[in-house]
Amino acid sequence: MSALTFTLKQRTDQRVDMSPLVCQKLSGMEPAEIAAIELQNGKSKVRVDSLFKISGSDSHNIQFKNSFGKLDFIGKDLTEGSIHVEGDVGAYLGMGMSAGAIDVFGNTDIYAACEMKGGQLVIDGNAGDFLGAAMVGNKQGMKGGVVIVKGSVGDRAGDHMRRGVMLIEGDTGDYCGSRMVAGTIAVLGKTGRFPGYMMSRGTLLLWTQPQLSASFNDCGAHTLAFLPILLNSFKKYNSRFAEVDTFNRVQRFGGDMAEKGLGEILVKI
Amino acid sequence: MIINGVTIDKTFAEAFPMKATRAIITAQNEKWAMISAQAMTGFATSVIACGCEAGIERLLEPSETPDGRPGVAILIFAMGGKGLAKQLETRAGQCVLTSPTSALFAGLDEGKKIPLGKNLRYFGDGFQISKLIDGKRYWRVPVMDGEFLTEATTAQVEAVGGGNFLVLAESQPQALAACEAAIEEMRKIPNVIMPFPGGVVRSGSKVGSKYPALGASTNDAFCPTLKGVTKTDLSPEIESVMEIVIDGLTKEDIDKAMRVGIQAVCDLGEKEGIKRISAGNYGGKLGPFHFHLQEIMA
Repeated sequence: MSALTFTLKQRTDQRVDMSPLVCQKLSGMEPAEIAAIELQNGKSKVRVDSLFKISGSDSHNIQFKNSFGKLDFIGKDLTEGSIHVEGDVGAYLGMGMSAGAIDVFGNTDIYAACEMKGGQLVIDGNAGDFLGAAMVGNKQGMKGGVVIVKGSVGDRAGDHMRRGVMLIEGDTGDYCGSRMVAGTIAVLGKTGRFPGYMMSRGTLLLWTQPQLSASFNDCGAHTLAFLPILLNSFKKYNSRFAEVDTFNRVQRFGGDMAEKGLGEILVKI
Repeated sequence: MIINGVTIDKTFAEAFPMKATRAIITAQNEKWAMISAQAMTGFATSVIACGCEAGIERLLEPSETPDGRPGVAILIFAMGGKGLAKQLETRAGQCVLTSPTSALFAGLDEGKKIPLGKNLRYFGDGFQISKLIDGKRYWRVPVMDGEFLTEATTAQVEAVGGGNFLVLAESQPQALAACEAAIEEMRKIPNVIMPFPGGVVRSGSKVGSKYPALGASTNDAFCPTLKGVTKTDLSPEIESVMEIVIDGLTKEDIDKAMRVGIQAVCDLGEKEGIKRISAGNYGGKLGPFHFHLQEIMA
């Protein structure tokens, strides 16, 4: 059984809500039923088959081809199966997903992995602002799972992040890990201004010295036994993080002292 | 049955169900991992008065431990789950948390989850940090030498306690040498511990006592100095008896340990003063696990 594949016929002027096209919702549906699903497109609705050429039938394994940056909510609330995207995607990729896997061979817009609960989300390109963040007004962002970004990310990655692991191979924008409640963000590249801004708990693990705000205090160089365990847990991913040498020596900065001050920025020595 | 001149009694060791868990202690080097492990398994020879029976299972290479440092696997056995959890937590808190450079991990994945460092984290006074890695929760507790890392839980499994055999020899040095040889071989068997000092017991007990307050007392039938004054189980040439007690995660594990232990004793043989191998039982009333010596050595 080949993957259920949606190939975009032409780009739309308005944004498209792709949330109906997730594995668990399409499971057991006939091709004609899938074709007749209506997607919100700006103020109007469009049938799936008017936007996409549909092939294959394995709803547990969905592919989107010719994707572009106005396809929002891909993989929203995914609970099973896998979604493979070729091309850029819009906002809210993998929002609220609790299991399964999403991989995107392109760039994503804002709020990818927003309030994600579990599963694995891999972005082969760059991610926009608010990666793994909470929706505006909500207090908890990503609560579980793993996000891997092979490129760079925008501002406020991990805003309000509560649990889970975010692996960023490239650089981050400003305020990486802002208002973090817990969880781990690892960054191989450079971080922008104010990493860990107002974080209460959680860990930023960095390979390069950041430009720290005044409200992070140097706690000295340390050997931390949990680091080899954490780094070894990355070995199973298709990521540069799988290739990094295991280490346990870091410079520890505690903060944000303007908040609880129980978070930490660990910088590889 | 006679092996190398040593008589194997037609009797059985009687064992009973216990609850058990394994923990892994690591440290900066083997010396400090062992110090911590010895402290944690100290005063844990018998559930009669220690609350649990515990021992060092084996040394672990850095490649075998979660944090890539030298480690020691220990096993703890208790009569019930509550008692086991209490002993584990108390000992971990006093003997591993306190031990320089140590870290503590679960040694079993399958079974009922019981707290390992789950409650020790409160020692961190709010500065403790949780990390969930590959589905396992760890606690990082700030301590004066750096950070104490502990897994939150380990697993409790059904186990067997009280496997045993008795070595009857012509002299005390010969009995001890035979037991030492047995212990050396038995320590190579996984999933078992011999909880008594050095693995050997010289004060095997019987159930009951002339003193009502005592539930157990010296096993006079095997005391060589009482040969002439009690209903003895010893022949005139026996001058010393020592016992090896085995706790294991399964009956099969104890079977294996008893087999290699008895074989090691028999390899010394009659010429080294070893006369008989026997076992302690209570007529089948103590527990459902029976280790028939002759079947094990067949």
